[in-house]
Amino acid sequence: MAPMRKLLSAASLLAALALVGCASEEGGLQSQKLATLKGRGKLICGVDGKLPGFSFVAPDGQYTGLDVDVCKAVAAATLGDPSKVDYRDLNSSERFAALASGEVDLLSRNTTVTLSRDAAGGNGLNFAPPVFYDGQGVMVPVASGIKALKDLAGKPICVETGTTTELNLADRMRELKAAYTPLKFQTGDQTYAAYLQGRCVAVTSDRSQLAGKRTNFPDPAAHTLLPEVLSKEPLAPATVNADPAWSDAVRWIVYALMQAEELGITQANIDAKLAEAKAKTNLADLRRFLGVEGEFGKQLGLAPDFVAKAVKAVGNYGEIFERNVGTGSKLKLERGLNRQWQQGGLIYSPPFR
Amino acid sequence: MGEPLSGPLPWWRDRRVLPWLVQGAVALVVLLLIAFLLGNLVRNLSAAGMLLSYRWLQQPAGFDISETLLPFDAGLPYWRALVAGLVNTLRAVLVGLVGATALGTVVGLASFSPNALLRGLARSYVELIRNIPLLLQLVFWYFVVFLALPNGEAALQLPGVVLAKSGLFLAWFGEGLRWSGPTLVDGVWRAPLRLTVEFSALVTGLVVYTGAFISEVVRGGITAVPKGQWEAAASLGLGPLVTLRRVVLPQALRVIVPGLNTQYISLAKNSALAVAVGYTDLYSVAETTLNQTGRAVEVILILLGAYLVIDLVISALMGWLNRLVRIRER
Repeated sequence: MAPMRKLLSAASLLAALALVGCASEEGGLQSQKLATLKGRGKLICGVDGKLPGFSFVAPDGQYTGLDVDVCKAVAAATLGDPSKVDYRDLNSSERFAALASGEVDLLSRNTTVTLSRDAAGGNGLNFAPPVFYDGQGVMVPVASGIKALKDLAGKPICVETGTTTELNLADRMRELKAAYTPLKFQTGDQTYAAYLQGRCVAVTSDRSQLAGKRTNFPDPAAHTLLPEVLSKEPLAPATVNADPAWSDAVRWIVYALMQAEELGITQANIDAKLAEAKAKTNLADLRRFLGVEGEFGKQLGLAPDFVAKAVKAVGNYGEIFERNVGTGSKLKLERGLNRQWQQGGLIYSPPFR
Repeated sequence: MGEPLSGPLPWWRDRRVLPWLVQGAVALVVLLLIAFLLGNLVRNLSAAGMLLSYRWLQQPAGFDISETLLPFDAGLPYWRALVAGLVNTLRAVLVGLVGATALGTVVGLASFSPNALLRGLARSYVELIRNIPLLLQLVFWYFVVFLALPNGEAALQLPGVVLAKSGLFLAWFGEGLRWSGPTLVDGVWRAPLRLTVEFSALVTGLVVYTGAFISEVVRGGITAVPKGQWEAAASLGLGPLVTLRRVVLPQALRVIVPGLNTQYISLAKNSALAVAVGYTDLYSVAETTLNQTGRAVEVILILLGAYLVIDLVISALMGWLNRLVRIRER
């Protein structure tokens, strides 16, 4: 009896210690995925791979684009090197299975945030903040003379399967009481090939995607977007529900890029800003943001200077936008909804504190 | 006569018991494996809060289907969409089976032709088609052949048939059951029977591909008939066509039918590549359904079940045909 009691008290002591240990540990819940990443030394990032401006293989074999820069920022913040990324090209029906099975660590593939994708009873994903506020649009040849959605009644429209686009199109056309023929294809390549061959009078997808694909058309100026926006499409990086600590890390790396723009920290001045933060102890906000003081990095399971590494690798959010899809790029997209909140946009990082 | 065995045989050497034991053990292992896999599935799905449920089949599908035999619109439930997809699959498979059989038979017979050009053509067709993946061929037919067709006046016009980018227009019994051909109205072709280019490309691809394999089955079946049968028929004064029809083919069919069964089944399964050419078959509808509902396991189970049933029905019909052509012992 006595040894038994001793054993029990020893066990309860151990349990209490473990509890105290947990409470005092700043890291909190450790991320399995982060440990795997560090062991592997590579981030595996699921991208589209065929969408100019978002993820596209440049002639020199390098991936470029807004989605790709998110991968690079996460690799820089977690592994200290933006080049430590393996890209996997995924089509829209493969992407969730690839993420759920752990084949990719992060899905940065112009994916719309929706309830059923987020919910545990649906696809069970965790979304980082949207990096591009988009909407579904319709592209037609200028020569077709089609000016509005209702002109498409009775006409064939090309749609890529495995997206919310089919549903949105059906909803809008039902509202307009316009019959139409949806031609569904499995990949974007086939969809746009059928459109360019003249099988469909129009092709529908996210407006950013249409603008991106158009840059690769033989004559981009011969195609135009209809004014109607059929849906809200906030595009965001996604992770699995199962590892909340990893999802938090990704979420705050993305916020850091947005916050950096708000604070005027750029790829060019990051070193100067870092030096300034180190020198001036009165700049408490900046010091915490760049990891000179405080434990933000540690709480996320990342290095203290994860923000500085991410910004140094790819620049702030505004720079990423301009470089890949902005008015200076081939896509020539306006910032629109993707401006910072002070300018009336939707890009808004919660405070780093 | 040796000494009779003394005493009863031990049960583990009894030939009446042994096979049962072995088969029982194998069956047990298989059942355990299935139970493990199912248990694993149910455990993981319940952990994710997604136990199998088919209630979503009653919800409105919300998407449209480009061509259907049964009336369908976005307001109808998912199960109606899946049925419409299944009917589209069956339509392509049935037309494909008939076409591939006809083409395969003709090419198979042509490879015995005394005409060297015909023989050479038949052989090159088989070698070319068999060695190119079907998916590539479908994409070729759709994008390079059918979508390259012009519209309107410039469309390819044959008696009773018009090939245009907007579809394949055929003469058929139109209004008042009058036979009528395709007509051009305001630059748009109209005909009593219109097939979409997607359907046409899929069926053409399946027919040309499977036809090559069927022609080999037919050729094998005819080769299996001893040469003496041809010679015997000739010595009785029968012409080559009569010999083929009355003497050779009835014997060759016994070899051909089991081989055909395999080809028919693979045609049915290959039809799932329809999504590559924009034809809305069962697989295409299921993919959209899966994406919208997130019910991956349930949708895949429906797909598996549907293709299994299609293939089993084909097998059963071919089994019946096989019994019909087998040698009747008298």
